[in-house]
Amino acid sequence: MHNTNYHKASSASEAASLLSGADDGALLAGGQTLIPTMKQRLAAPSDLVDISGASDMRGITVSGNSVTIGAMTTHAEVAASKELAAVCPGITSLAGGIGDPAVRHRGTLGGSVANNDPAADYPAAMLALGATIKTDKREIAADDFFTGMFSTALDEGEIITSVSFTAPASCAYAKFPNPASRYAMCGVFVAKGDSGVRVAVTGAGDDGVFRQSDMEAALASNFSAGALDGVSVSADGMLSDIHGDAAYRANLVKVMAKRAVAAAS
Amino acid sequence: MSEGIGAAVKRKEDKRFITGAGRYTDDIRLENQAYAAFVRSPHAHAKVTGIDKSAAEAMEGVLAVLDGKQLTGDGIGNIICGWAITSKDGSPMNMGAWSALATDKVRYVGDAVVAVIAETKAQALAAAEAVDVSYEELPVAANIGAALADGAPQIHDNAPGNVIYDWEIGELQATDDAIAGAAHVTEMDITNNRLSPNAMEPRSAITKYDAAEDHYTLYTTSQNPHVARLVLSAFYQVAPEHKLRVIAPDVGGGFGSKIYIYPEEIVCLWAALKTKRSIKWTADRTEAFLTDAHGRDHVTNAKMGFDADGNIVGFKVSTKANFGAYMSLFSSAVPTYLYATLLSGTYNIPNIYAEVLAVYSNTVPVDAYRGAGRPEASYVVERMMETAAREMGKDPAELRRQNFVREFPHQTPVIMNYDSGDFEGNLNQAMEAADWAGFEGRKAQSAANGKLRGIGMACYIEACGIAPSAAVGSLGAGVGLWESAEVRVNPVGTIEILTGSHSHGQGHETTFAQVVADRFGVPLDSIQIVHGDTDKVQFGMGTYGSRSGPVGMSAIVKALDKVEAKVKKIGAHLLEEPEENIVIEEGTVKATGTNKALGWHEIGLAAYTAHNLPPDMEPGLKEGAFYDPLNFTFPMGCFICEVEVDPETGKTEILKFVASDDFGVIINPMIVEGQVHGGIAQGVGQALLEEVVYDADGQQLSASYMDYTMPRADDVPSYDVLHHNTKCTTNPLGMKGCGEAGAIGSPPAVINAITNAIGNNDISMPATPAKVWAAINSAKMAAE
Repeated sequence: MHNTNYHKASSASEAASLLSGADDGALLAGGQTLIPTMKQRLAAPSDLVDISGASDMRGITVSGNSVTIGAMTTHAEVAASKELAAVCPGITSLAGGIGDPAVRHRGTLGGSVANNDPAADYPAAMLALGATIKTDKREIAADDFFTGMFSTALDEGEIITSVSFTAPASCAYAKFPNPASRYAMCGVFVAKGDSGVRVAVTGAGDDGVFRQSDMEAALASNFSAGALDGVSVSADGMLSDIHGDAAYRANLVKVMAKRAVAAAS
Repeated sequence: MSEGIGAAVKRKEDKRFITGAGRYTDDIRLENQAYAAFVRSPHAHAKVTGIDKSAAEAMEGVLAVLDGKQLTGDGIGNIICGWAITSKDGSPMNMGAWSALATDKVRYVGDAVVAVIAETKAQALAAAEAVDVSYEELPVAANIGAALADGAPQIHDNAPGNVIYDWEIGELQATDDAIAGAAHVTEMDITNNRLSPNAMEPRSAITKYDAAEDHYTLYTTSQNPHVARLVLSAFYQVAPEHKLRVIAPDVGGGFGSKIYIYPEEIVCLWAALKTKRSIKWTADRTEAFLTDAHGRDHVTNAKMGFDADGNIVGFKVSTKANFGAYMSLFSSAVPTYLYATLLSGTYNIPNIYAEVLAVYSNTVPVDAYRGAGRPEASYVVERMMETAAREMGKDPAELRRQNFVREFPHQTPVIMNYDSGDFEGNLNQAMEAADWAGFEGRKAQSAANGKLRGIGMACYIEACGIAPSAAVGSLGAGVGLWESAEVRVNPVGTIEILTGSHSHGQGHETTFAQVVADRFGVPLDSIQIVHGDTDKVQFGMGTYGSRSGPVGMSAIVKALDKVEAKVKKIGAHLLEEPEENIVIEEGTVKATGTNKALGWHEIGLAAYTAHNLPPDMEPGLKEGAFYDPLNFTFPMGCFICEVEVDPETGKTEILKFVASDDFGVIINPMIVEGQVHGGIAQGVGQALLEEVVYDADGQQLSASYMDYTMPRADDVPSYDVLHHNTKCTTNPLGMKGCGEAGAIGSPPAVINAITNAIGNNDISMPATPAKVWAAINSAKMAAE
């Protein structure tokens, strides 16, 4: 690891000012991606601004069906939230299936969403739940936020503070983990809400998380696993790597979508 | 005897390991210690056209920036392979030059080019990044096919067509004739996937040069410190043997990968002299993937002929073995004498012929990895037997049973002479434990749940206890493969055992002590095992090939025999009784038929005070022995694996795994069970999960745990480990060895179960979910 200056911010605004004052600064949320990358000397920020102690960016608020989750809320906190499980069990079970216990106690929702790893779990949930990503500057709809693999609508220095969404009537997440990394080889989040059915796929696409509109249409009139039998998933645009080719991933999209729908029904 | 042979004593060494008090090479800090970092080739094949060290040399803390021309200029020798193999045509193998730091050319990604020595590790790493090496890229051959293709890039000038040797064993004509006359011939193309060893502790070295004494010390992660010292002095001319001390302290796993002497140890010793500083280097995990010798990587065509009754009449095997960019220390022996000599399996096969083409490629060097050649042989033989049974419509268990070797000793057509075994006993034990007969019912149950259930077996045999020195010498080995021991009984009766074996997880401190406790009835706590230091221990050959039990412990037994003889003489003299009446029981030296006895400590005291010893007896109680094995030992067993495959995702779950092994006499059943567990986990890893993947440019696509699938706890089942043992007839304890068996027998058992489940025999390891899903679909399409 290269030398770096460490700063600890106690609020989003302090983090923003520390970051703007840095030469080549980076936000440190849970550090589950950034720290290993730095240890491999592949990233060398001049300054690290640790926002894990930013209390205004942490915690879960459930009010009726309205849910707000602070960006620095850990996966373990989301997984353990009974309030959240009562209205949106899909997201608590998703959080409980990220990485291993060590990762879940350090890794944060905000860090995952901001990094937009093409195999991360949370982007699928955000997209399927139609969440709003709140930053220190504005609010961004999930549909506009995820702009491609490791790429988001965030501006330089913009900090995610929380996400919010309306809990759907039913939702579930089904994941087939990569055998090696245990990231999603294909993860499908299905949500049936007031505004219809949304199906978001992570891990499988060659440019990150995406919505599967054919499935959304099929499920809109008949929310059952069987409704997906007639939907064909093309291998075009699917990721192909040493763990599985595009045809295999296309198959997984359908299988995981059916399992998610079955779990949500 | 609760602590002796056969007792499941808890491991003495575990206290320090589980309390974090183990002392590994990287835990050691020497005075005046500096750090090495290596500049490695990013290209799989390139000419080195220039090295600009100026920026690195000017950086803070940098002590030296060293390159290959300086290394060879100082007379440091090339890295060698220690086993000479002769080709079919009588020509010697084509060993290309391997300099510890590349001089003119790099041949794999990770090849060391420059070493930077600096005050701190961070400074060394930063300066290494500042070294500017210019390369002229060359075409790459990253696998066997590419290396053997017409017009393939020439990796070493003295290995035309990238062929190291073209070797054969057995009778070609007789085998061809037998197969031509067979009623049924099974033919398969079989690939054995390349694996990365992944010891938990990465390789590490610390070197010290003492100018006053002109003496070197190397602490290193070695399975065989004396062999390291011998090779470093005799071949690499780093230091004279009597001026070099090699210490291998606690070592966290080896699996073969820590047998060899790598460039980094050589460079760090040389750099200690050049800089007059102690030098430390510890690999990070990426360096481990890029430089630790890999295992396996065979491509094989096999034909097995049967008569009309299902008896094997001939077996012909043609294998191409990928050696990587250079010949590692034991690499040449692995696909020859450790592989083709096991192709008879557990069966009577009258005619066998095998040929092996050894091939250079632009990849990490390949050498022995847990099982070393025997897993490859077992995989070929046991997939062939399973496939042949299915093709002939025979029960796979019965086909094996029918062809088993039943009389011992049994001379195979490929050198090996099996001394003992009851192969059918292991088969029966495993089938009963696996409820083989009830499989169809379980399969129907799985089918009702939409799952495909399969069962598969493997009846492996392997060769351990390497090896009779004269025999291996005649086959090309550069060393003898005996082992040494010294038994020191101290004046107070405590005992130190100095052994040339090296423990890197095997539990020698416990099992070796159990043998001594068993012999004299002294407490386990009064026995200390000393190993891993060339200044303390007499020359020894180290630990690999499951040899510490059958060879290392046999040496201890030989030394104990000598101690016992002297103790009895002293006892007879002091008790004034005839020597033939003296017995040693429960730590007491007694005269039978009398009530006369001496405590064990009294004998030690008598030996060292020497006030009253028999006439002409030397004082002291210390005996040494060298044991040269009479034969290999032959652990064997029957493994049965039952799987359930999810046809929608291709994911395989192992529901049951039964291992019935014949290890001969077992010293500590708990430790043996642990060895079997670990071995099967590695075998399941090879069968389902692990593979080193290179792209066509020679870049490793699997060089981290994000892409290289190590088995995790939830990937492996709860094993049923059983034994049906027959005593080995060729060593004093009757031991066969158990360290590699699990990794040797399990891959074919797992794959045979999967192919049984999915109804498609065309699947290669690792049987990943994606591959299994594709195989299910192609079987479906073929059926439609």
